[in-house]
Amino acid sequence: MKRVTRKKIVQALGFLALRAAMGLVLAVLFLFLYDIGSKGAGSISWEFLSKAPRKGMTAGGIFPAIFGTFLVTVITAFLAVPLGMSAAIYLNEYAKQTRLTRLIRLSIRNLSGVPSIVYGLFGVILFVNIMSFGTSILSAGLTLGLMTLPWTITASEEALKTVPNAYREGALALGATKWQMIRTNVLPYSVPGMLTGTVLGLARAAGETAPILFTGAAFFLPFLPRSLGDQFMALPYHLYIMATQHHAILQVRPLAYGTALVLIVLVLGLNMTAVIVRYRLRRKQR
Amino acid sequence: MRKKRRSGLKESAIKAFFFTSGILAVLVLLGIFLTLVATSFPAFREIKLGEFFLNTRWDPTSPEKAEYGLLSMIMSTLMVTAGALVLAVPIGIGVAAYLSDVAHWRVREILKPVVEILAGIPSVVVGFIGIVLFGPAIAKVFHIGNGLNALNGSILLAIMALPTIISISEDSLNAVPRAYSEASLALGASRWQTLVRVKLPAGLSGIIAAVMLGMGRAIGETMTVLMATGNARSFPHGFLEAVRTMTANIAIELGEVPYYTTHYYALFAIGLVLFVMTFAVNLIADVVLNKYQEREQ
Repeated sequence: MKRVTRKKIVQALGFLALRAAMGLVLAVLFLFLYDIGSKGAGSISWEFLSKAPRKGMTAGGIFPAIFGTFLVTVITAFLAVPLGMSAAIYLNEYAKQTRLTRLIRLSIRNLSGVPSIVYGLFGVILFVNIMSFGTSILSAGLTLGLMTLPWTITASEEALKTVPNAYREGALALGATKWQMIRTNVLPYSVPGMLTGTVLGLARAAGETAPILFTGAAFFLPFLPRSLGDQFMALPYHLYIMATQHHAILQVRPLAYGTALVLIVLVLGLNMTAVIVRYRLRRKQR
Repeated sequence: MRKKRRSGLKESAIKAFFFTSGILAVLVLLGIFLTLVATSFPAFREIKLGEFFLNTRWDPTSPEKAEYGLLSMIMSTLMVTAGALVLAVPIGIGVAAYLSDVAHWRVREILKPVVEILAGIPSVVVGFIGIVLFGPAIAKVFHIGNGLNALNGSILLAIMALPTIISISEDSLNAVPRAYSEASLALGASRWQTLVRVKLPAGLSGIIAAVMLGMGRAIGETMTVLMATGNARSFPHGFLEAVRTMTANIAIELGEVPYYTTHYYALFAIGLVLFVMTFAVNLIADVVLNKYQEREQ
């Protein structure tokens, strides 16, 4: 009898510790969001969102940074989405279990573990120097695109895996070629899932700083980028500048908070949209 | 007949196209490695390998004698990473165990995406929190003038590594066959005993892989440590000192260094060291994870 109660007490304490761990993580997340949300909200105004910085970035808005982040993410998407999708189609529809396929999968997993600053170094050599795109929004977008590639491949493959094999077999049994089968029976069913997974990857890319530090992001520009060869301002880099490099750091702290809030809303907003859409899709598919 | 051959050709072309996209991942990985090797190679015409890895002084712009010793930064990186793991591993495994064994499934369905939100916070925002929130708190608790130090970096990196550790550990706990825990419960063990003595050991390889992946993230993280650790170039002696990691050093110096100098090449050599370290860590995680999946099958 005594042993049984002891067992129960140990279990209760153990589970309490696990709950405490969960509580701690939730508290940290809440603290992050609350701090940024409460202190950033005061800086948000129409002027902040629609105007350029003024007076040595001690006043005005962050529109060029929002615009730059939007533009660079579009370039990222142009590289990462089609390549990611077609690589996933190859892996899930064509590839057989060979040594080469295993090598490809291994490379994808390792690419997602390469530090973002190393992608930045690679971008400097490949895009800025070798391809002579210079430090530009194009170089930065392509660098981010390479970094996003492993995520979009993995997400697209997940979506392809949800397509029931009967769909493929049905098409093949009717005499369709492989590509006809993919085009008519696999893709219509999986493209929405692929796109939502891809959006998650793009959201992460939009918040990255290290890869664009040396490939195209600028401290301050009085004008918006007019071509792919121009440098650009980006939200994450702008936050870094406002938080650490500005000559009057404490004075511009509210602006930094505002920038952080806009960045977080943008990235988490994209994230959540994708998660909700994915959730709906899965329910529909069941 | 002719039509058939043409469609066969088309099919092969399409397959070749998809294959090219697939093989691209290998090429990019190889490209990154070769680029780093080729660009760091010229640095070693001037720097001795022994000096690079064993000297603790990094002072490339010194007017008397430029020094390229990486040891302080390697130590800083390892220290901040180790600190992060000490915090993140117990908490991460605890949360994973909570999600898989304690929480009601409805609660779990809500909490899992909430934990994923943490993974979605950009690293520059985490670094900003380190400056405005954790820095002052650390300064107050330890009575030091400035809270930008290794401890701050460790806490932030722990927070960033948590989502990875939690989700992969939870997957591995869920992958433990039900028969294991049912047998344990049938023998009269409590749910806690089953968790600690049956499920955690059975899922251990997955948990190890999770920790390795979290470690890889921590080693390679740049913006957070750049903003929150104070960036002093000296050899680290404790967690309350400012440190400069390898990633932060690249971020600080690459913007100012003249192209094609020894200093420039040396920064790429640091990148190569980082690449090799994270690659090794990820590869080990991969091997552990694969072994475990093979056994399951």
